[in-house]
Amino acid sequence: MTRKRRRLITLLAALFALGAATALVLAAFNDNLVFFYSPTDLAEKSVGPDRRIRIGGLVETNSLAKQVDGHAVAFRVTDGKTELRVVYDGMLPDLFREGQGVVAEGKLRDGVFIASSVLAKHDEKYMPPEVADALKKAGRWQEGSGKPTAVPARVP
Amino acid sequence: MLSTLANPARFMRISGVALPWLGSASAVVLALGLVWSLVLAPPDYQQGESVRIMFIHVPAAWMALSVYLFVAIASAVALVWRHPLAEIAAQAAAPIGAAFTLICLATGSLWGRPMWGAWWVWDARLTSVLVLFFLYLGYIALVNAFDDASRGGRAGSLLALVGIVNLPIIKFSVDWWNTLHQPASVLRLGGPTIDASMLVPLFVMAVGFALLFAWLLLLRMRTALNERKARALRLYGVPDREQPIPAARPAWR
Repeated sequence: MTRKRRRLITLLAALFALGAATALVLAAFNDNLVFFYSPTDLAEKSVGPDRRIRIGGLVETNSLAKQVDGHAVAFRVTDGKTELRVVYDGMLPDLFREGQGVVAEGKLRDGVFIASSVLAKHDEKYMPPEVADALKKAGRWQEGSGKPTAVPARVP
Repeated sequence: MLSTLANPARFMRISGVALPWLGSASAVVLALGLVWSLVLAPPDYQQGESVRIMFIHVPAAWMALSVYLFVAIASAVALVWRHPLAEIAAQAAAPIGAAFTLICLATGSLWGRPMWGAWWVWDARLTSVLVLFFLYLGYIALVNAFDDASRGGRAGSLLALVGIVNLPIIKFSVDWWNTLHQPASVLRLGGPTIDASMLVPLFVMAVGFALLFAWLLLLRMRTALNERKARALRLYGVPDREQPIPAARPAWR
């Protein structure tokens, strides 16, 4: 075995070990690497009322209610299986709308999520408005199919 | 092909011819891409005009990853085969890659504020790209931390190779974990989810960025080689005893 060959094999072995170690670490910390929980994740966990967490999903269509006097809003976040009621008093981002992805930070109290901040999560689709209109007209539109979690494709 | 180019003299000859072509090609393609993406391309159905940030942000992100891969491969070649040009190439590429990463982070922040409602979040994608930026900075610092340039190069090459585990993490972070950052739009199973009217200018910009990288890389490599030659001349030939012999300087500068 030449020296070059030995160096190459050493290098490949070291890289393989490094990759395996990284994969193990990432798998072990999987729970801490998620930016938010889906409503289903949350239902399976027991989260204390004083722990700040983030939840994410799609804003359910026709679930948004605004209070008449102030700017407090309530809406439901869904991942297709489970829903969660969210109340929030503050500025909503421009992209916030029904059928769109959203990530809210706050605390869970008696099954209602009290959000202290709301971020919009947009999907990976980009198209001009005319194309979006044409797709809607042709009935080939799937609202929020760029979903944050596994959501079964909805009827357009 | 690569081994013929690994001869520094031949590299200087060929790169000298290629340099003006690469420079003008990147200027032309980038000018075309900028007009196309910032003026001619349509606005997005959701994001409106803000989507134009994508045409800088996404090519910069692709370059940030590809240049790191280039640095890592060149480092492996330098460590295993000791090709004279490999280490120079890696050290010449690293600051360019760091700049692309910074552009990616800055434009992403400017894009995130109006769209998401936050300049920065600690989700897996954003954090792993920040780690990539620090890997670049660490590599540059490590290479220059030794008085003996060859030891610095060896240490830097090892760091570059260790950092390669970050590349798949960046790419698949949006699939493995819940992130605020949206999933991949172009390099994904099932084809791109960007309309052709935006995808084509995006590719033009990507080609422009790649040409710019190639041009800057050759420029920096030639500068590094010239500097080495100048140092050798100062040390062994043309003695000018009035001036002190300068200490060995890092090769990548």
